Amino acid sequence: MNSQHEVMKLESRVRRTALRSLLLAGFAMPWLFGRVVHAQRMNSGSLLSLNDMVQPIVKGAILLNKDLQIEAPLLADNGSLVPIQIQVQSPMSAQDHVTHIYLLSQRNPVTQMAVFQLGPWNGRAEVSTRVRLAGTQEVVALARLSNGEFRYKQMEIIVTESACVDAS
Amino acid sequence: MNIARVQWPDKVRTGDVVKVRLLVQHPMETGYLQDLTGKVVPRNIIQLLSCHLGNQEVFRIEPSSGISANPFFEFFVRATMTAEFKVQWIDDKGVKGQHLQIFNVM
Repeated sequence: MNSQHEVMKLESRVRRTALRSLLLAGFAMPWLFGRVVHAQRMNSGSLLSLNDMVQPIVKGAILLNKDLQIEAPLLADNGSLVPIQIQVQSPMSAQDHVTHIYLLSQRNPVTQMAVFQLGPWNGRAEVSTRVRLAGTQEVVALARLSNGEFRYKQMEIIVTESACVDAS
Repeated sequence: MNIARVQWPDKVRTGDVVKVRLLVQHPMETGYLQDLTGKVVPRNIIQLLSCHLGNQEVFRIEPSSGISANPFFEFFVRATMTAEFKVQWIDDKGVKGQHLQIFNVM
């Protein structure tokens, strides 16, 4: 009776060790278990670098990371509808105003999500809209000023459900 | 049928910078999603949307498939005089839409 109890104890210890090593392997080598994430296809496309996103528009002009503010949720549940607001600090006078605001996405199949054209008649360089996002990514807002310079701002938005995957 | 709605504050005085809210009813099909039978729905998005206040174009947007269905935009306009506010858009199918509303300035 006693020896049988000993055997059971040994078995459970072996199982415990095995479970622990499996858990450690999962932490140390995430690629072993990473395939599950890929199978769900929560994210589509590949990630572009900031230069890849911005340079087709900027074409080497002066580009500074200032004067821009993005207001958007840090965590968006539904990628098909993410409210986003862009604010540019600009006097919006005839001499110094914002002419274009670009919304760029790192992962979407179409990088340039929208182009807004503004002018001194707007009085304030602020626009907001609702965008679709194909997964967690950096969203870039790019503003072109009337003197030909550019301003940009990046913001990471975590998306739990991509807009490019059907729920059905 | 009203497929566009524009909204601004009730009382607008000359020189005010007012917020204009614009909502257009449009499916904005991306061309990447399938319908229930498994066929890919062809892309149909608004290519260009412009807003005129009188003869002055005050806002223009070129959306892509990255703008959500029933697009919603908010922007600011400096009120100079009472004029007609005109919203126009055209989509991939060539369907044009228009919405007119009087922009009253006190």
